[in-house]
Amino acid sequence: MKLKTTSKIYTSLILFFLYAPIAVLIFFSFNSSKSTGVFTGFSLKWYGELFKNADIIEALKRTLIVASLSSAFATIIGTAAAVGIDKMTKKWVKSATLTVTNVPLMNPDIVTGISMMLMFVFVGRMFGQKSILGFNTLLISHITFNIPYVILSVLPKLKQTDKHLSEAAQDLGCTPVAAFFKVVFPSILPGIVTGMMMAFTLSLDDFIISNFTTDTYQTLPIYIYSMTKKNVSPDINALSTIIFFTILFLLVLINVTQSRMESKTKKLDL
Amino acid sequence: MTKKSSFLQKLIVAPYMVWAAAFIIVPMFFVAYYAFTDRNGNFSLSGFIATKNYIPLFIQSIWYGLLATVICLLLAYPIAFIISRAKPTTQKVLLMLVMIPMWMNLLIRTYAWMTILQDTGIINHILKLLGFGPVHMINTPGAVILGLVYNFFPYMVLPIYTVLLKLDGTLIEAAQDLGSGTTRVFTKVILPLSLPGIVSGITMVFVPSVSSFYIANKLGGISLIGDRIEELIRTNINLGAALSLVLMVLILVSISVMNKFTDEDGGILV
Repeated sequence: MKLKTTSKIYTSLILFFLYAPIAVLIFFSFNSSKSTGVFTGFSLKWYGELFKNADIIEALKRTLIVASLSSAFATIIGTAAAVGIDKMTKKWVKSATLTVTNVPLMNPDIVTGISMMLMFVFVGRMFGQKSILGFNTLLISHITFNIPYVILSVLPKLKQTDKHLSEAAQDLGCTPVAAFFKVVFPSILPGIVTGMMMAFTLSLDDFIISNFTTDTYQTLPIYIYSMTKKNVSPDINALSTIIFFTILFLLVLINVTQSRMESKTKKLDL
Repeated sequence: MTKKSSFLQKLIVAPYMVWAAAFIIVPMFFVAYYAFTDRNGNFSLSGFIATKNYIPLFIQSIWYGLLATVICLLLAYPIAFIISRAKPTTQKVLLMLVMIPMWMNLLIRTYAWMTILQDTGIINHILKLLGFGPVHMINTPGAVILGLVYNFFPYMVLPIYTVLLKLDGTLIEAAQDLGSGTTRVFTKVILPLSLPGIVSGITMVFVPSVSSFYIANKLGGISLIGDRIEELIRTNINLGAALSLVLMVLILVSISVMNKFTDEDGGILV
């Protein structure tokens, strides 16, 4: 019993450590003065200022565009890749492909970002341009770091899928493609959805890689970077508060859809 | 029939293979290309020779990374253990609570601590109300370590939790039946069996800590190797690339050394 109390106290302390900074951040976003240390009164003025700031709205729009496009592309390429990798018969080809897939996960983000930046700079110079960094290069880099997450969430679902189902469907007259969409696809769908949502969230959140692969096309994290470069100000707090609750909402959504889909597939199995 | 489907299978991975080659493998070569050339694109070792001036900075970054990793390990192990022994529903909620801050932007998490630790921040405000003098916390080494620990803490909890969850409870009972005390059960059974999780946790915290940028700059007012590379890559591309290459090799070596500590199938647990 005594151990249980200690556990509870320890857990509370850790959670306090994790959430206190976020709580302070949210608290001071409602401050009426510019201070982020002394609360002088409740006000929504920093939120008002945020929505009046055209640059932030533009950055948000760009972030959403890049996140939607990159997660969509990464989901298509990644799912196809996972299906192919799962069926690979040569062991060395499979392990080589998986090793390459792991590179962006193992490499520090700063190196991943720099390596792509250097390639883009080289290609730009080849065409006599000063810089080709912008929307296209940003999108390419986001698709690249998103694909491994899609592959790694689809692969386990493929392993769980009964190989004979697809064969049975083909024996009953389905073409391989039809068999895939009728039989395999529904059972790996939860993995695809998880991968896509992860890709979307990671893309929304990315700063380190984007910092190197875009120039004039500013996303929200890059805008926040330039904001915090100047000084501490409550409008950053207000923006952070909105981001926090958006992410919270997305994560809950991911979890709910995941468990719903899992219970659905379980029901189908029965 | 089988021939047709195997052709289809090859076709389905093809886009990913091309993508990975173009945007994962080729960029790595460009890091090496810029590291071994000079401003005019001629072969040169000058970038490499200049990296020797950065040895103290590398050592400092590794030292900060090691400290942050050790503190993360000491804080994370107990919480991972507590979570793994909780009821399934509690486990899910606690794990979610530990992971949520990780989905917040790194910039925002660091910014939150900046506002808290600064001389006019909330801690100093409370201390003043209690009648204590202001304590200078921002721009100290301690603040950097705190920032690193806070930012990468969840990466330590997750792999240790995963391993502890799989731990066979009967082994603990067996050790107890054979007369081992709590401490002995922990050091002789639980700790060795959770080693793979500890190793991947260490890797997952050490890699981003050593290569971090922004955190040390904002909380410590200093530049670690990541900050210096970020500055240099825009002004002296060859030196920046050489330093990135050294950083990458350093990290890959430390990952492979860490993996030596686990069994053959220890691998990287995500």
